[in-house]
Amino acid sequence: MDIVIENMTKTYGRQKAVDNISLQVKTGEILGFLGPNGAGKTTTMKAITSFLIPDSGKIFIGNISVNDNPQEAKKNIGYLPENNPLYEDMPVIDYLQFCARIEGIAKDKINDKVREVIQTCGISREKHKKISELSKGYKQRVGLAQALIHDPEVLILDEPTTGLDPNQIIEIRELIKKIGKEKTVILSSHILAEVEATCDRIVIIKKGKIVADGTVEELRSQAQGNETLKVTIEDGGLDEIFKALQLLNTVELVDFVDKSTQTFQVKSKPGQSSRRDVFNLCVEKGWTLTQLTFIETRLEDIFYELTLDN
Amino acid sequence: MKEIWTITRRELQAYFDSLMAYILLILFLGFSGFFTWIYGSDIFFVKQANLQVFFSIAYWTLFFFIPALTMRLLSEENRSGTIELLLTKPISEWQVIVAKFLAALLLIVAALALTTPYYITVSSLGNIDNGAVFSGYLALILVSGMYIAIGLFTSSITNNQIVAYLLALSIGIFFQIIFQMLSSNLTGIAGGVTDYLSINSHFESMTRGVIDSRDLIYFLSVIVLGLVFSESMLMKKRSV
Repeated sequence: MDIVIENMTKTYGRQKAVDNISLQVKTGEILGFLGPNGAGKTTTMKAITSFLIPDSGKIFIGNISVNDNPQEAKKNIGYLPENNPLYEDMPVIDYLQFCARIEGIAKDKINDKVREVIQTCGISREKHKKISELSKGYKQRVGLAQALIHDPEVLILDEPTTGLDPNQIIEIRELIKKIGKEKTVILSSHILAEVEATCDRIVIIKKGKIVADGTVEELRSQAQGNETLKVTIEDGGLDEIFKALQLLNTVELVDFVDKSTQTFQVKSKPGQSSRRDVFNLCVEKGWTLTQLTFIETRLEDIFYELTLDN
Repeated sequence: MKEIWTITRRELQAYFDSLMAYILLILFLGFSGFFTWIYGSDIFFVKQANLQVFFSIAYWTLFFFIPALTMRLLSEENRSGTIELLLTKPISEWQVIVAKFLAALLLIVAALALTTPYYITVSSLGNIDNGAVFSGYLALILVSGMYIAIGLFTSSITNNQIVAYLLALSIGIFFQIIFQMLSSNLTGIAGGVTDYLSINSHFESMTRGVIDSRDLIYFLSVIVLGLVFSESMLMKKRSV
C-alpha cells in the first residue's frame, strides 16, 4: 500500500511544524526520514497514523483517506511511537495478546500471531516477564512486535533504534530490512549511518519543509558537484608540487591538508576528473605518488549542508 | 463492542494487578460494614428491617473512593504516552472512554455485590422491602456511574493522578454537599435548580424505593455529559 501525503500543513500556535509537505512512498520502499530536532518528522508521522489531525492537506494509505476514514486506515498501519510507550505493568505476552485483540484478529489466530511476532522479534525468553523488568533494547523489540502483530501493510517507526546497543541496532536493522521487502516503511532517525544502511530512499526535512528527496547516491551526486581528491606526493618540493598541481587544466582548487606529509586536497573543475592528470604529472616530474583517494561526500556532510541555517 | 470489552478487561486486570481493586474492596466493605453494623446510628439502632443505613454510608464511602479509582484511568495514559498507542489502533476515542468507564463501574458493582450478606442478614431479621433494596442498589450504581464519569473527565485533562483525584473530589463536593446547602438557602428558580442538581434529593427518594424518571434522567445525563467531555478532551489532544 502506498502512502500519499498531499500538501499537509500543521501548526502549533504560530509555529509551522509541517509546512505544505507532499510525499509519496511506494510499496516495498523503506523511506528514511531525516531532519534536525523539531524539523517536523514526528509530527508528520503522527499525522499519518491519524493521531494528529493536520490543519490542511490530505493523507492516503492505499486508497483510504486518513482524514475521512481513520478507523479503516489505522487497520493497515503498524506504529512504533517515539519513546516507545508501553503498558509497563503487563507481561509481554499478555500485552501482545491485548494488542492482537484490539486489532481485531480472530480469536483462534491470536495465539499463533503472538507466537509469530515473538519469534520474529527475538523475545521468546522474555515473554513472561513484566515489560517494566525488560531492558531498553527488549522494550524496543516489544514495541516493534506490537506494531507487527496484525501484519500491517504500512509500518511507521519513529526512531526505532534509540537506546539500543550496537548489536541490537544491527539486529533491528536487519529485521526492518526483512520486513520492508513486502511492506511500506517510513522510519525516522538521528543516526545517519542507520538510514544509509536500511533505507532505499531518504527524505530530509528542515523547519517543516522537504529539502532533499532521493536515494543516497542521488543525494550524494546532487550535493557533491565537483570531484574531490586527497593526494600525497613525495620526492618533490612542497611549493613546487603545489604550483604544478594548480596549473593542471582539470584542477580548480588545491589546498594543503598536511604539510609535513605533503598531502593536498585537489578539487576538480565541474564535470571533469583530474585523477589522470595528477598521475601523469608525477610520472613526468619523477615524483612518487603515495596516495590518491577519492573523497566521497558523506551523508553527514549532505545533512549538515542542507539543514544548516543560512 | 469487542474492542470495548478488550480494553475493559485490561483495565480490570490492571486494577487487580496493582492491588488497587483489593484495597478498594477491603476498605469499602470495612467502612460500610463497620458503620452499618457496629458503630453510630447503625442498623440495630434504627430498629427497622431496611438497608437505608448501609445506603447512606456507602453513598459517602463511594464519594471518596471512586476518584481514587478513576484518577489513573486516563492521566496515566497521558503521562506515559500510551494513549498514543491506544488511539493509533483501530478504535475510537469513544470506545476507549466507555471501556474505561465500564471497568471502574464493574469493580464498584462487584464491591456492591459483596454486600449481599447484609441483605440476607437484614431480611432474616424482619420484613424487608425488596423494592426499596433494589432501587437503593440501583441508586448506588447510578451515583457511582456519575462519580466515575466525573473522575474520568478530570483524569482526561491532566497527566497527574493526584490532580485528577483532587479535581474529581472538588467537582463531586458540589453535587454531594454544596448544591444541597445552596438549595436550602435559595428560593425560587435558583432554589429549584440547585435542588435538582444536588444528588441528595434524587438519591434519598430512590433509597426509599421510589424510582422516578426524573431521577434516572438526572443521573444518566451527568454520566453522558462526563463521558462526552472526556471524549472531547481526548479529541482535543489530537488537533492541538
